[in-house]
Amino acid sequence: MLSNFGNIILFTNIFLGLLIIVYSFRSLRIKNYVINKDIYQLCLLQSTFIIVSFFILITAFIISDFSLVSVYQNSHTLKPLFYKISGSWGNHEGSLLLWVIILTIFSFLFLLLNKDHPKNYRIYTLITQNILIIGFLFFILFNSNPFSVISPIPKEGLGLNPILQDPALAIHPPLLYVGFVGSSIYFSAAIASMLTNYTGKLFAKSIKNWVLISWFFQTVGILAGSIWAYYELGWGGFWFWDPVENASLLPWFVMTALLHSLIVLEKRDMFYFWVIILCILTFILSVTGTFLVRSGILNSVHSFANDPSRGVYILIFLSLLIFTSVFILFRKFKTYNYNLNVNSKETFILVNNWFMIFYLITVLLGTVYPIFTEVLTNNKVSVGPPFYNTVIIPIVVLFLFFMSVGPKVKWIKDKYRNYNNLLRILLLSILINLFILYFFKSYSLISNFIIISSIFLIISSAIDLYKYSKNKNDDASRIVSHISFGFLVLFIGLNYNFSYEKDFNLKIGEKKFFNNYSLEFKDLQLKDFQNYKSIIGEFKINNAKGNLENFLYPEIRIYENPSTLTYEASIRTGLFKDYYITMSNIDRSDYYNIKFQKKPFMMLIWVSVIFVSLGGFMRVFKSAKKNY
Amino acid sequence: MQKKIIKITILLFIVFFLVVFFIGLNKNSNYDTKNLTGQKLTNISLNHFSANKLISEKDLKEKNFTLINFWASWCTPCRDEHPYLLRLKGEKNLKLLGVNFKDNKKNALNFLNDLGNPYDDMASDELGKQSVNFGIYGIPESILVNQELIIIKKFIGPLSKKDFNYIKKKVGQL
Repeated sequence: MLSNFGNIILFTNIFLGLLIIVYSFRSLRIKNYVINKDIYQLCLLQSTFIIVSFFILITAFIISDFSLVSVYQNSHTLKPLFYKISGSWGNHEGSLLLWVIILTIFSFLFLLLNKDHPKNYRIYTLITQNILIIGFLFFILFNSNPFSVISPIPKEGLGLNPILQDPALAIHPPLLYVGFVGSSIYFSAAIASMLTNYTGKLFAKSIKNWVLISWFFQTVGILAGSIWAYYELGWGGFWFWDPVENASLLPWFVMTALLHSLIVLEKRDMFYFWVIILCILTFILSVTGTFLVRSGILNSVHSFANDPSRGVYILIFLSLLIFTSVFILFRKFKTYNYNLNVNSKETFILVNNWFMIFYLITVLLGTVYPIFTEVLTNNKVSVGPPFYNTVIIPIVVLFLFFMSVGPKVKWIKDKYRNYNNLLRILLLSILINLFILYFFKSYSLISNFIIISSIFLIISSAIDLYKYSKNKNDDASRIVSHISFGFLVLFIGLNYNFSYEKDFNLKIGEKKFFNNYSLEFKDLQLKDFQNYKSIIGEFKINNAKGNLENFLYPEIRIYENPSTLTYEASIRTGLFKDYYITMSNIDRSDYYNIKFQKKPFMMLIWVSVIFVSLGGFMRVFKSAKKNY
Repeated sequence: MQKKIIKITILLFIVFFLVVFFIGLNKNSNYDTKNLTGQKLTNISLNHFSANKLISEKDLKEKNFTLINFWASWCTPCRDEHPYLLRLKGEKNLKLLGVNFKDNKKNALNFLNDLGNPYDDMASDELGKQSVNFGIYGIPESILVNQELIIIKKFIGPLSKKDFNYIKKKVGQL
């Protein structure tokens, strides 16, 4: 029943997409300046329908309609309502539907909100966007249909993978998808811009907010995934260079580069084709990311979907996407001679772009390298954190220095001055670093550089902030993002160097002393929850001075559907440090294995990322004010 | 002319990428564990955990069956299956080979001191490279092979009670 509704709506949407394309081409032939009302109505209908289809899927999950394969495979009657709902996009089929929803809504909004741009440019954007929509709808209908039925109807579902039952993960896919799929709109706009020769400042203005919004969501989405990995996977870290994580990072690098070079295009009418290439690259990398994650070509710790036939479809789609856009780009490409001055803001923004492309290539290489070696030499390799850390970290040091100096440089050409100032900031940063080194503990040379450079960025951005508070002629959103990025790197550096870990066995009533702390295993309880049973330990932590007392409750959860054991870390989050305990049982023994970790500044790492993304969000409002 | 060369290079590069992806997709079925059972392990060379020598095929033929278990001290589910391994230790037809995966030796030894050492022999794969040859893509995983080095069964994830019974029955049949 629900399945029929869903399928009919998806088919109707393919039809609507085709209709929009036909109407659009017809409208191109008429020489006027307004877009026909019919097109608006069709787009509105398309968006409404796709949202309805999503609600149908959610309804199927809520009422546990197991005649749908996706519900049967990913839900269970005993699951809490919240996870029933989030289960609808927690699986491959549902998440693709979410993908199309965002494509459709963005397409409609772009049409609606860009009324002061030329008709042809908007129409071509709409056409490109609808080709994408139709492509994905076909994929959904014929390969990954969330409304596929199963017969006979099972009485009970298989349940959602317990490690996916987590609030951070429930919001993670929608956030990330707005980022991923949001990039489709400036891909389409870039194609339309080349086709209609609508270039330069005005083009930059029309896509700027879309870039900012998708960048903001991409950043927050990555953060949610990272928080999930920290709390749920129980590995005690926030980034593992796992292929799936990398897939979300790849478009982020290009978006960040785009964000910056767009400013140059808007202010100085330069780098037009570079911006176009970045627009195209962002979306292509988003689709590549989807391909890598969804096809199962990469084996990752948390790749949940493996099906080569999906891979073939996405790969064909990806190839078409790349070849069409490259073809158009080659036809239209012209070289310009920009006469850049070395000491100008333009150059520094270009430098930012080089860094971003460097990071992109490094991470892309590390992610796809195993596929290449396997195909070409039949060797199976895995690329791990050591590769990324050795290649990226030294470059970050340099990057942070450029990031501090760049924004202060003027457009077109600047004089060489402020040398003394920079030197003073550098000395101050080195002093602070020595202070940290002296009072806490020694760390490696490269860590010294990281901490010095991040403090350098923080201080110089703080000076900008001070100046801004006096006369508001600078860009607050930039300062917020940059200063928070400095803090982010600083906290990651400190976290890396000051983390502490200890492993031991304890039984109830025992107490263990180590490194200024004592840990007491006070109690153990068995509790029943709605969809799992839990063994909960109670631990008390004191420090040597006796001014700290904390209780932690790590759990071993026994899920029934599907039957799985998960180990829930108990984390006492503080502003400056987290205490982190995981507990696992040792069979036929009263002892439990306890892993204790002290993780400084975790909270501040999350907060820094939020502030980095907030900078982008502020800019949306700032430019909104400017435009009208 | 120069422009053309650049364009063709870019295109060839893209085609190369896509072709590799495409072949990669089809190759991927190698990783499927179902295809691995019944296959013969060849070219085994693993670094011994403590001694400076290699573990080769000869070492896997000492007893009628060998269970190769991939583990690490940082892996929580490995603790979960550990009791089963300890209980398998006594089986006279079964050799237990532990492969310590991407681990630090000190932590690994602490782990075994704390929980007991079930292994007859131990290899260390600090970079995780050699394990990939066994089709390992996450730990814990275990592979049961017979004396001809033919894979009888592969266990993904921690050994369960059912797996334990299966191995015990299989090994006890002789």
